[in-house]
Amino acid sequence: MDQELIFWTILGMAVVTYVPRLLPPLFLSGRNLQPLLVAWLRLVPPAVLAAMLAPSLLVKGGRIELGFDNLFFWAALVAFPVAWKSGSLFLTVIVGMGLVALGRFLGIGL
Amino acid sequence: METGRRQTLAAIGGGVRRALPIVLGYVPIGFAYGVLAGKSGISEANTLLMSLIVFAGSSQFIAIGLFASGSGPAAAILTTFVVNLRHLLMAASLAPYLSGWKKRHLAWFSFQLTDETFALHSSAAARLGQCRPEALALNMTAQASWVLGTLLGILASGLIGDIGPLGLDYALAAMFIALLVGQCENRARVVTAILSAGVATLLNLAGWQQFHVIVATVIGASLGLFYEQWTKS
Repeated sequence: MDQELIFWTILGMAVVTYVPRLLPPLFLSGRNLQPLLVAWLRLVPPAVLAAMLAPSLLVKGGRIELGFDNLFFWAALVAFPVAWKSGSLFLTVIVGMGLVALGRFLGIGL
Repeated sequence: METGRRQTLAAIGGGVRRALPIVLGYVPIGFAYGVLAGKSGISEANTLLMSLIVFAGSSQFIAIGLFASGSGPAAAILTTFVVNLRHLLMAASLAPYLSGWKKRHLAWFSFQLTDETFALHSSAAARLGQCRPEALALNMTAQASWVLGTLLGILASGLIGDIGPLGLDYALAAMFIALLVGQCENRARVVTAILSAGVATLLNLAGWQQFHVIVATVIGASLGLFYEQWTKS
C-alpha cells in the first residue's frame, strides 16, 4: 500500500476506534444501568483480554502447538507468575521479551 | 481561587503519578511498535500519526501486519473496528461514574481510553466523578509515553536489523498477560477468562480471523455472569 492510502486508512481506523469509545460516556454518563448489565460489563475486560491472548499463545500454523517450538507459550508460563507476583506491566513485558530473545539465542523455538 | 488552583495542580500530579506503571509498559511496547512499523515499510509520519490519533496498541500492531501483507484499507479498518469494539463495553462500564462531566471533557477522556487506562480508572471508579483533572492527566501521561515509545522505536528502526532476536514481537502478548492477571481479582473473572480463552482458541482453529475476539468475549462474559449469579444464590 502506498503511504497516502495508508494515511487515509489510519484516519478511518481513528474514527472506528473513537466512536465506540465516545458513545457510551456521552449517552450513558450518570445513568444507573441495570445491575445485571453492570455485572456483565465488569466481566468484559478479562474476557476480551483472554480472547486476544489465548490463540496467540496456543495456536501456530492452524493447530494447537505446545512443543518447545512454540516459544510464546513457554515464555507465557513464566510471564504469568511474574505478572501475578509483581503486578508490574513493565517487568512482565521485559521478562517475556527477554525469554523469547533468550530462547531464540539458544536456538530453541521460532 | 488560589487554593482551587493548587488543588487542581495536585490532582494533575496525582494523575501523572498513577500513570507511571502504564508509562513503564507503554514505552517499551510503543518502541516495539515503532521498530516493527519501520521494518514493515510504513512511513515515519504515518507510524507516528497512528499513535497520535488511533492510540490502540493491539490494533496498531495488527494494522502494520496488514499493511505489510498488502491487504486493502477495508481489511485494516474493519479489523480495527472489531478489535476495538471492546472499548464500547469498557466505556459503558465507566459511564455511570462520569456524571457531571461536561461533554467536551467526556470527548477528551474517551479519546484516550485504552485497556490500561481503563483498568486504572475502573479500579477507582467510584471517585471518578470528583477527580476529572486527575483522570485526564492520567490519560494524557499514558498517551504521551506511548508516543514517546513510538518515536524512540522509529529512531531505532534503522539501527535494528531484525526484531526476532530482541523478542520485540512478544511485547503485545506480554502486555496482555500483565493486564489479564490484573483483571483476575475473583473467581468469576478467572472462570470468565478461561471460558473466553477456550472459545477464542476454538474459533481461531476453525479459521475465524479477528471476529473470534468479539464473539468469544460475549460468550465468555455471559457464561461468567451465569457462573457468578449461580454461585451467589
